Amino acid sequence: MKSSHFFGLFGAMVVLLASCTTQSNMTYSEMPAATPAITPVPVTEVESPAPDPRVGLSPGLFDAGDAIWNMELLSTTPPPPDFVGSTNSDLAFKDNYIIQGNYDGVIIWDMTDPTSPRLVNDYVCPASQSDVSVYGDLLFVSGEGLGGRIDCGTQGNDTRVSEDRLRGIRIFDISDVENPEYVANVQTCRGSHTHSVLKDPDDDENVYVYVSGSASVRPEEELPGCSAANPEEDQNSALFRIEVIQVPLDSPEDAAIASSPRIFDDLSAPPTHGPSPADVDKLEQLQAEGRNVFMFRGRIREVSDDFAARLLETYKEEQEIVGEPTEDQMATFKEALPDMVIEMYSRADYGAETGPDQCHDITLYPEIGLAGGACEGYGLLLDITDPVNPVRLDAVADQNFSYWHSATFTNDGSKVLFTDEWGGGGAPKCREKDPMEWGANAIFSITEDKKLDFDSYYKMPAPQTEFENCVAHNGSILPIPGRDIMIQSWYEGGVSLFDWTDPENPVEIGYHDRGPISVDGGGGGGSWSIYWYNGYLVNSEISRGLDIFDLKANPYLTQNEIDASKTVELDYLNVQGQPMYEWPASFALAKAYVDQLDRDPAMPEEMIQELRAGIARAEARGDKEVLQDLASKVASNATGAHAQKMTKLAETLKSLAG
Amino acid sequence: MKIKFLIATLAAVLLCSSHSFAQDTRDLSPAELEKLYWDRIEEKLSIYTDADVKFMEDMIIHHSQALVMSRFAPINGASEEVQVLAARIINAQLDEIKIMQRWLLDRGLDAPSVEYDGIESVITMLQPAKENDGGHMSDPSMDKEDAMMMRGDMDMEGMDHEGEDHSEHEGMDHDNMDHSMHMDHSDMVGMLSMEQLAELRDAEGPLFDELYLEYMIQHHNGAVVMVEELFSYDGAAQGVQTYKLASDIQVDQRSEIARMQRMLNERIVSSVEE
Repeated sequence: MKSSHFFGLFGAMVVLLASCTTQSNMTYSEMPAATPAITPVPVTEVESPAPDPRVGLSPGLFDAGDAIWNMELLSTTPPPPDFVGSTNSDLAFKDNYIIQGNYDGVIIWDMTDPTSPRLVNDYVCPASQSDVSVYGDLLFVSGEGLGGRIDCGTQGNDTRVSEDRLRGIRIFDISDVENPEYVANVQTCRGSHTHSVLKDPDDDENVYVYVSGSASVRPEEELPGCSAANPEEDQNSALFRIEVIQVPLDSPEDAAIASSPRIFDDLSAPPTHGPSPADVDKLEQLQAEGRNVFMFRGRIREVSDDFAARLLETYKEEQEIVGEPTEDQMATFKEALPDMVIEMYSRADYGAETGPDQCHDITLYPEIGLAGGACEGYGLLLDITDPVNPVRLDAVADQNFSYWHSATFTNDGSKVLFTDEWGGGGAPKCREKDPMEWGANAIFSITEDKKLDFDSYYKMPAPQTEFENCVAHNGSILPIPGRDIMIQSWYEGGVSLFDWTDPENPVEIGYHDRGPISVDGGGGGGSWSIYWYNGYLVNSEISRGLDIFDLKANPYLTQNEIDASKTVELDYLNVQGQPMYEWPASFALAKAYVDQLDRDPAMPEEMIQELRAGIARAEARGDKEVLQDLASKVASNATGAHAQKMTKLAETLKSLAG
Repeated sequence: MKIKFLIATLAAVLLCSSHSFAQDTRDLSPAELEKLYWDRIEEKLSIYTDADVKFMEDMIIHHSQALVMSRFAPINGASEEVQVLAARIINAQLDEIKIMQRWLLDRGLDAPSVEYDGIESVITMLQPAKENDGGHMSDPSMDKEDAMMMRGDMDMEGMDHEGEDHSEHEGMDHDNMDHSMHMDHSDMVGMLSMEQLAELRDAEGPLFDELYLEYMIQHHNGAVVMVEELFSYDGAAQGVQTYKLASDIQVDQRSEIARMQRMLNERIVSSVEE
């Protein structure tokens, strides 16, 4: 409806303009440039290719069938020889370099020519998972597996306790990126499964590395001070804490653990205070009525009849009561009941602590002072304004979520997306019968008082075979101005590009997928991480190597929006140390906003046309006045649901006008 | 087994020492690349110890019991929340069982497969394919020695592989089982006794919910302990696949224990207020 109206109007204008070319030769040539080749269409009206071409792709390791939509594959580069058959993992970026982690070390690529990345260094230094981050001249690499060695040897460690073992963070000097120099280690009790680098805006001397280590605690004989006891028994327990390493930028060899924040304390319990006089009165009243009630963690609780009956049986056994208990015995039982229940809470070994004892990954967003912690059965929101003392603001659990894996904020920090790596990534969790809420993303709005408010789930929608390990994994947001668009890895489910601007209705707008690596279940692979970096989407494929994609203009993401995203240039990128994207004023940015106002639709057609024509004229001829005029016009109309976007457009036009 | 490990190590060292002569893999055809890939995968398969094998065998049996426990949920009137949990456990542990069976078969070892008839379990051994395509189900008319009825004590002796050292199980008492509520009724921590399984089978509704949660916490705790045990052996879990699998089981079950504890707390004590 909308587009036919648009074309009708546009056609009329062309005719009108064509008829006056003899009087004026200025506008005719400009009109085609002002009109988008592809009409923007709302994501609520997405028409994806049907039937989904991702279903039924032919298997193959380096020659699998593939399907692609709204993306373009610029290059696929197999791993260098020493890394073939070894797991590629996470990515970090510095200047034109891609740093690709691998269970056997680090691979460095130069992406100056994205159609043919140049191998710069393949640094053999085994340790899973080799999660990588950069800051300044430093490269950080995670080591967790039992085979990692301080000397980067490939022979593993064949004893339980080994002085050669590295579990923690390796630090390299990459002032010469092409020749990293291994300068320091920080060993930790649980090793480092992942880590995230925090650059505190108020501290230029240090960076902080948040270490998540979900694996077992190493023996004390190997690393003194490591304890796997429950924290109640040993306050130095390595469980129920994360590690924060302080790295002095001038002397990285002095990097050391600065704190071990216990961000999980009392997670199962709501905030407590002593019972109020009113509670005490109420409790006494209920007890007088004969109800099995007691105070627990600040609230009045009642034991269910079923459960009380079962506990009575246990009590009778313990007290050797045969037959019906007497009235006195019942009274004593009722007195003992609360203690029996409370004891149950702390009975099971690990079950005693109902909160998580580690995070899998933490995404730090220093510009907004928040971090998203994906921590076993919980998603946490943390205040990180004091880098060594993160404070938990909220924690959420979800019965559909198995294993909270990673977090991604929107650029404005108003929402956060958590992933569920159900099954650990090695299992096929995208089969037709697997529920769309399991192994998916969960999107939360962040409320004004910094709480997490659930909105919806998103799961890559194409069913995969039982031979393809598939579940939500790493991704990053793209700097598409005014929208929340993310590219994300789904292991052998490929990569999915989706829009979650409306947190309640995330929609897929692009993808790439390959067929299974093998159909007898051997091998394994798929996309570990795909991240946007300086205009391209870089994919770390576990077995197949490195893919680089570009975006293709489409009704749901126009060329202007893509061009605007390419105006954002970063010096480096760690996706779990999320940067805030900022867009320099550009014609691409203005046109992207116009496309979005057209798509929403937020303005009358005439206004959109006027904007397009005016911006085109200004771009072609440097006409500043028209920009000023348009800026004031847009600003004065900036009301309603789209006020924010109109204001941004007005500001952009104004900056362009100079 | 130790020797195998050293050979693998040596192979890895040799491979890496050829580093400076490495050719660009871009010059290889897909077929050549693929051959290199599978050769490497093959080399890595040999990195394992007896403890790794024992872990896989035990965990398959351990996981199988979680399946039978969970299958009672829909027929015993479990709450929707517990049914969702049980469905998840079935889905997750079935997949992990397949991965562990595959792990054993890929290494040329027999892999246990557990079928349940009510609460009685029958273990059959899957045998690795001689030639190419991974494992296959052994013939149902197999030797009686290969199949055995498993009773409550879950005696594992029949599964030992010739020549392997399972001395870590010495001292375990398989004959004099105590079928009490304690967890020492089998050589695998956390396994439910026959009495507990029967109790679960007969429980209905809210009582089933509570029992299921309580027993599954016990069961999962056992898996967590089994992983800790694995990591305590010299040279164990050095293979990337083994380490990942064991770690994943540990973290998944820990998360699930926390979730179940939360659910159990809510059931045992309902809040009067709010």
